[in-house]
Amino acid sequence: MSEPTVAPRAAGASSVVDSTIEAGLEVKVRSQWDYARRRFLRHRLAITGLTGLVIIFGAGIFANLIAPYSFSEIDLTNILHGPTTVGHHFFGTDEIGRDYFSRVIWGIRTSEEVGLVVAATSSLFGLLVGAVAGYYGGWIDNLLMRFTDLVLTLPALAILLTAAALLGQGSQWRTTFILAAFFWTGIARVVRGVFLSLREKEYVEAAKAAGAGDARIMFRHILPNTLGPIIVNGTLAVGIAIVTEAALSFLGFGIKPPTPSLGVLVAGAQTNPQQWWLTIFPGLTIVLIVLCVNFVGDGLRDALDPTQRRIRA
Amino acid sequence: MLTFIARRVLYSIPVLFVSTFLSFTFVSLAGNPTALLRQNPRIPLNTIHNIEIQNHLNRSIPVRYWFWLQDVFTHKLGKSLLTFQPIWPDITRTLGHTAQVICISESLAILLGVAVGIFSAIRQYSVFDYLFTSVSFLGYAMPTFWLALLLQILFVDIYLKWNVRIFYTSGLNNPHHGTWSLDRLQHIALPVMTLCIISFALYSRYMRASMLDVINSDYVRTARAKGLAEWRVIMRHIVRNALIPIVTVAALNLGGLLGGAIVTETVFSLDGIGYYFIQRLQAADLYAVMAYLVVTSVVIIVFNLIADVLYGFLDPRIRYE
Repeated sequence: MSEPTVAPRAAGASSVVDSTIEAGLEVKVRSQWDYARRRFLRHRLAITGLTGLVIIFGAGIFANLIAPYSFSEIDLTNILHGPTTVGHHFFGTDEIGRDYFSRVIWGIRTSEEVGLVVAATSSLFGLLVGAVAGYYGGWIDNLLMRFTDLVLTLPALAILLTAAALLGQGSQWRTTFILAAFFWTGIARVVRGVFLSLREKEYVEAAKAAGAGDARIMFRHILPNTLGPIIVNGTLAVGIAIVTEAALSFLGFGIKPPTPSLGVLVAGAQTNPQQWWLTIFPGLTIVLIVLCVNFVGDGLRDALDPTQRRIRA
Repeated sequence: MLTFIARRVLYSIPVLFVSTFLSFTFVSLAGNPTALLRQNPRIPLNTIHNIEIQNHLNRSIPVRYWFWLQDVFTHKLGKSLLTFQPIWPDITRTLGHTAQVICISESLAILLGVAVGIFSAIRQYSVFDYLFTSVSFLGYAMPTFWLALLLQILFVDIYLKWNVRIFYTSGLNNPHHGTWSLDRLQHIALPVMTLCIISFALYSRYMRASMLDVINSDYVRTARAKGLAEWRVIMRHIVRNALIPIVTVAALNLGGLLGGAIVTETVFSLDGIGYYFIQRLQAADLYAVMAYLVVTSVVIIVFNLIADVLYGFLDPRIRYE
């Protein structure tokens, strides 16, 4: 046997670690995030979903480079043409000859902006409210829970439609605002639950005994433990927001026609049901986005759960 | 149990008042019901003022809410501000149609979902399991309105191509056909299918997960160790316990179903309560929209209560004091 390879010594490694080093085994210090990343990378569906999302959202982000035409370019000599490679009309053209491929790509951009902004703002706001409600309890907690009760007594779509009718519809940012104003309650409830149970833990007590202030305990000690559920919920919210925006736009209470969003495109296709490509392509894009988001969300859920170490990392 | 029900009902009453007050404020701020009348040059301003005063539209919102509440209790949800027709007959008619669609699609979805969930759990990781897992993932990701549109386009195409009328693609029924006529069923088949596919995805997933929770428990091993036949272990010991959470899922799904009904009925121009809501909302018909919100929230509250009570009956570990 040759000389055992000397692995970099982990800080504070005990004699047990020394003996493994002597046995020729490498010891590596991994953080919880390393474990989570490894678990995520081994989740095949999640990686598939992530790849799909990168492709679809990438197409949306670089819409101005990818789309062969502008989304509003009218060509009356080429109306309702089926999908073809001639003139790069991969998804055909609509009733006034606009290139449908370009419209879907620009639609992805609108929808992904709505989805990502709604998920980000509602996660942040939900996190703040949920943290305060769960940690302090009191009137904020009461208000949050009563508000949730109210929201649960009505179909979500009806509330959103009424809100859209109130705020006036049309602009993309109004729709985004309405969705975000509704979505934060779900995340706040999740965060509240985790804070409620964690504030009784010994390590919080220890932090208090060491003289840490409320803000420090909430954001340094408890918050990192709630990040898992927040990230998972935030990811899934992207998909739900995109579908909900599409449903609102479809019913005429969301984004209005000159701006192409995926829901607007499906709604517009209703006037020409015989031209299947008008309905299929934007709808299929929504399904693919949501499917990928759900896969990624599932993968993150499995990866971020520290109690789960089934996958050898 | 009775005190539990009484307490829940008493708790729902203030929730209902607050939620109706909030939605009343929102809806009143949203649109002026006299805007349409004002556009018509033949209607003198005097008449419009009279209408406003008659309907208390010149008063503040809390006062209007108070008058509206009186209307709700004394005149069955009052009259529409646009058509001056009573709202109640419209609500009962459309709610009946929606109830028919939802009841059929839910029964089908629960039956199929539970059956598929049971088989998927027993044969976990089999081809069958993978197939239906994919189907339910697709069902989750599918926007209701798109699924409805696809079905509509498909059956319109079938009709145009082969001239066979399997299902109608819009409307409720042809004249002179009743609630349970074949003609009505042909009309509501596609809306039922749409809602059924969406809910099926939900139920089959929950049933599978719930079965897998139970399947590894100690008492199931005991039942097997006693030498019971496998089908008996499954049907008597596993399935019965796995079904309990489905009750809650079904009740909580009702809100989503009524939302799905808005979209589905709009696509198929079905005279249900969701379609009614969309039309009235587009017309800014304040009191009709309010009537919808009140009726749906009462329905949802009642069904949630029924689910909780059933849950207590089914699971003896749950006791409401």
